[in-house]
Amino acid sequence: MNIIQVVSLVKKFNNFAAVNDISFSVKEGEIFAFLGPNGAGKTTTIKMLTTLLNPTSGKILLNGFDPTKKKDEARESFGIVFQDPSLDEELTARENMDFHGILYKVPKKLRKERIKELLDLVELWDRKDNFVKTFSGGMRRRLEIARGLLHHPKIFFLDEPTLGLDPQTRSHIWEYIFKLNKKEGITVFFTTHYIEEAEKIAQKVAIIDYGKIIIQGTSKELMKKTKTKTLEEAFLNLTGHDIREEGANAADSMRMHRKMWRKR
Amino acid sequence: MSAIYILWLRQLKRYLRSRSRIIGSLGQPVLFLIALGFGFGPIYQKAGQGNYIQFLAPGIIAMSILFTSIFSGIEIIWDRQFGFLKETLVAPVSRVEIMIGRTLGGATVSSIQGMIVLLISMLVGFKPQSVFHIFLALIVMILTAILFTALGTAIASLLDDMQGFQLIMNFLIMPLFFLSGALFPLKGLPTFLVIITSIDPLSYGVDGLRATLTGTSHFGLPIDIFLLGTGVVILLAIGSYLFSKIQI
Repeated sequence: MNIIQVVSLVKKFNNFAAVNDISFSVKEGEIFAFLGPNGAGKTTTIKMLTTLLNPTSGKILLNGFDPTKKKDEARESFGIVFQDPSLDEELTARENMDFHGILYKVPKKLRKERIKELLDLVELWDRKDNFVKTFSGGMRRRLEIARGLLHHPKIFFLDEPTLGLDPQTRSHIWEYIFKLNKKEGITVFFTTHYIEEAEKIAQKVAIIDYGKIIIQGTSKELMKKTKTKTLEEAFLNLTGHDIREEGANAADSMRMHRKMWRKR
Repeated sequence: MSAIYILWLRQLKRYLRSRSRIIGSLGQPVLFLIALGFGFGPIYQKAGQGNYIQFLAPGIIAMSILFTSIFSGIEIIWDRQFGFLKETLVAPVSRVEIMIGRTLGGATVSSIQGMIVLLISMLVGFKPQSVFHIFLALIVMILTAILFTALGTAIASLLDDMQGFQLIMNFLIMPLFFLSGALFPLKGLPTFLVIITSIDPLSYGVDGLRATLTGTSHFGLPIDIFLLGTGVVILLAIGSYLFSKIQI
């Protein structure tokens, strides 16, 4: 059964098509990697899948629900780790978890159990009462993963979950995710710039560029089609060697300002 | 309901934990109370109007509520830039609940702030009528606080970043404050000022506080409460609408 079904999805900003008529499907329990250079349309696609953006046209079914119509049902079906941090730094790890649990209406007793279980899984139980602002990048990412799983979603979206982390933390994080996929049969949909991670972990890969999916299949199929030895070579072969520039957005300049004002 | 509660609690926790924010936001009202209160006191007395601190204190309480409320509303921009807003927007909770929870949280914070300023003004010589009247004043404070937090939320929903902040400060918050009768009596003003001051919602907050705390009023307490209540309903509706339109 396809748990994610996308048909002719388009997102236009003014006249620029960030996502230009893409179709793909993800089977239940599958690990699906969504690859592409900067600005290819990965994050925009995830935003449409997760109800943050309305598509210009096309159709999405998430666990059988249309995220533009059955918003809450669709939202209950997935957990997400965003590319940018989305924790409240002024709250403790446990408070962040609790906040999430209450928003998703996880009953109190179950919530307590799961918070313990998940914080143990990501090795943060000892730090549960520390403020998130004292956490390192890797700890924050682990906490976000734990939080995204708290309501037992069927689909787990991860947008660049290992960006900016050291190799140890990266391999740890993939281990958790792999374990979850095996144990709970959770469907994983992720984007990454580390192509070798995708090759190792994903059962299926789609490569998107300039808003269009140029190829999809298993890593082996992709390598075969491009006559290359690794997925990375296949990726470069398909998307070219030009460096993509991404314009700085408002968030980047705000971060600069915040750093100027905050001494910590 | 639980979503509203947890969002309210979050705002409150963040406030209580940032002592620098509490103290920092008290600096301005204290300065105004002392500089204006004692500075203009003698002239006010000579003009036959009595004690200026007694007149000014409700205005300064209203000012601190106005500032704190609009800032809490505008905090959404920060949440948006630093990602936390996304966490609430992908949750299976209606946008209206999120907006209301945040607004009530911000309003609680600024009502607490208003009460603190009331206590400080009592230290410099302000005398409220009675404890019962302080409770009545608290109702006016809460209404004023909800109204302006909702206004801040509405504005923040339209903005992507803090670039427009100066604009809001100089063309919205400052005029709202200076044209509200917080600093001067509304009696005997030129016609254009009469019109402007009666459009300014803060005028009714200031007047309501004066009516309850000191027993003098320009519009009358029932009108103040009625118009503040109407303002709350309208701005909550506009704020919820604009907030529900946010796309990230």
